[in-house]
Amino acid sequence: MSGAAGARAAAVRRAAGALRTRWRALAEGLHEFYVGPYRRTFAKAQRDEDDLFRMLVMSEMLGVPNPASYYTAELLPVLYDGFHEWHRRMGMERSPLEEYRCC
Amino acid sequence: MNSLILAGIGVAMMIAGYLLYSRFLGRRVYRLSASFRTPAHELQDGVDFVPTNKFILWGHHFTSVAGAAPIVGPAIAVIWGWLPAFLWVTLGTVFFAGMHDLGALWASVRHRGQSIGTLSARYIGARGSRLFLVVIFLLLLMVNAAFAVVIAGLLVSTPTAVLPTWGALVVAVLIGQAIYRLKWSLPVVSMIGVAALYGLILLGDRFPVVLPETVLGLSATSFWIVVLFLYAAVASTLPVWVLLQPRDYINGLQLFIGLGLLYGSVLLFGPSIVAPAVNANVPEGTPGLMPLLFVTIACGAISGFHGIVSSGTSAKQLDKETDARFVGYFGAVGEGLLALGAIIATTAGFRTLADWEEVYSAFGQGGVGAFVDGGGAILNAGLGLPTSLSSTILATMAVLFAATTMDTGVRLQRFVVQEIGDLVGVKLGTVVATAIVLVVCLGLTFSAGADGSGGMLIWPLFGTTNQILAGLTLSILAVMLVRRRRPVLPALVPLVFVLFVSVYALLIQLGGFYRDGNWLLLVLDVIILVAALWVIVEAAVALRRARTAEPDLDEDEPAQVGTGGGGRE
Repeated sequence: MSGAAGARAAAVRRAAGALRTRWRALAEGLHEFYVGPYRRTFAKAQRDEDDLFRMLVMSEMLGVPNPASYYTAELLPVLYDGFHEWHRRMGMERSPLEEYRCC
Repeated sequence: MNSLILAGIGVAMMIAGYLLYSRFLGRRVYRLSASFRTPAHELQDGVDFVPTNKFILWGHHFTSVAGAAPIVGPAIAVIWGWLPAFLWVTLGTVFFAGMHDLGALWASVRHRGQSIGTLSARYIGARGSRLFLVVIFLLLLMVNAAFAVVIAGLLVSTPTAVLPTWGALVVAVLIGQAIYRLKWSLPVVSMIGVAALYGLILLGDRFPVVLPETVLGLSATSFWIVVLFLYAAVASTLPVWVLLQPRDYINGLQLFIGLGLLYGSVLLFGPSIVAPAVNANVPEGTPGLMPLLFVTIACGAISGFHGIVSSGTSAKQLDKETDARFVGYFGAVGEGLLALGAIIATTAGFRTLADWEEVYSAFGQGGVGAFVDGGGAILNAGLGLPTSLSSTILATMAVLFAATTMDTGVRLQRFVVQEIGDLVGVKLGTVVATAIVLVVCLGLTFSAGADGSGGMLIWPLFGTTNQILAGLTLSILAVMLVRRRRPVLPALVPLVFVLFVSVYALLIQLGGFYRDGNWLLLVLDVIILVAALWVIVEAAVALRRARTAEPDLDEDEPAQVGTGGGGRE
């Protein structure tokens, strides 16, 4: 590659790098603009979910029959959406369930 | 007069206000300090208290405060001529709104991000804070009723806006799904969303939706009002990520684009203003300019609602105290620019004075319809877009503003109703509380007739309620400044003025409602009048107390006077 062509390629790479940085900054700005006003609402929803989970765990521990277990099978389809990400987070590369192969 | 000159003078005044007056306020009055640890840092929790880049926070603040009000108010008020509206919007933004919004931010930041309602209990007394709740409830009621009528009127007068208005909801739902479920890149989704919205506008322009004269026994306007309330009820109870969040977002982008288009067209075309500077030939039945001008234009000049946003969310996210100048004061300037755009559209967007007078044939006429038609003509001349398409763009912009405010309003009012239920020991579920809100709002909207005209009749009452709320915030600021032994006139002059015009306007309207036998509005007027007088008494007592009390000193404030580190950005 001639010197001029190399310089051109370097300039193109620099421009592409600068563009990527700008694009990332734009994406971050837009993301903040999108989520900012609703942070509190989502935090509240998360807290409600955690409270429900805590209540179920505590009632199991105290020997109160868990009203949710009867419906658990019906709730499975709802859980499937996040199942793949969950087993990956738990350190299992592949689905641990025979009957449910997500990957 | 050429509208370009008017726009130039107006923009220059507001920018000068930001550069000079807000600097004075920041340095001498509020003494903003870059070294003060703001609640966003002190109480950082990743939820409410998050230090945020000042440009992004300005975007949040501006899109939260800018609704249909800075369009509707000026579009009605130009009936007295363009000059009074222009002066009130520019001077009001510089000396009233900017001071008020920046002040509300400062007051909240200096009190661990507490809201104006909480601060009113501290500085004005417990009665002041109860008063605050009453005023908020009435304000929300009026916003919901009036905006439903504004939107319904636009959907009838601009049938080309029907498709983009309802189609925007579908776009918003799809954006929400693309972001949360499909995890698409936000800039790409934004571009597609905006393109889809403008595609819908083009489609709507080709296929206008005109309703028959009566639908299900209701007139077209009444039918749209009922549909809008049903929509707001459903939207306000859905999980926010499904509709409200993406809709607010796309609407925010649309606000910046719409303002850019309007001012760009004025710059390219510079249409002449056909309306008189001061209209000596006002239609019969038009109330006097003094004091109605100052309550007809509330948002765009000074608005109590801004204080709620400033102290409710913006103050909790302020990275540095000195950013308050940009977020608070320049946020008010943004809204002032929207109001100025509305004045130009409604006075320069007509071919002749006769055309203008035909539209402004009675008080309350013109309004947002004139903004759409006039602004459409300017877009047409400036950018070469067909007139009908230009009108559709502006009508969609106005409808989307009003709709976002309306469903947030219904949601907030539901919370207030549930809170009142708790106070009297009744637990109200979401559905029941929303149903109560709907019944009350629809009752008010149809109080003056089956055409829903009750919603617009209360517009000046909305202005007065909003100004009283601003008065409450200004009185808190005045008390804080007196207790800190700072210059108090920048707060005191707007305080006295807004309370004076509010009470004056309420008394005039009271007579009108009594003569017309409009008992519902009469009762509302009396409630607001009592609230206004209450604010005056409470503020006077608190100010007297503050003068004799031990002076307050901020913990970061040096003992000597005039060395605040404000104004650096």
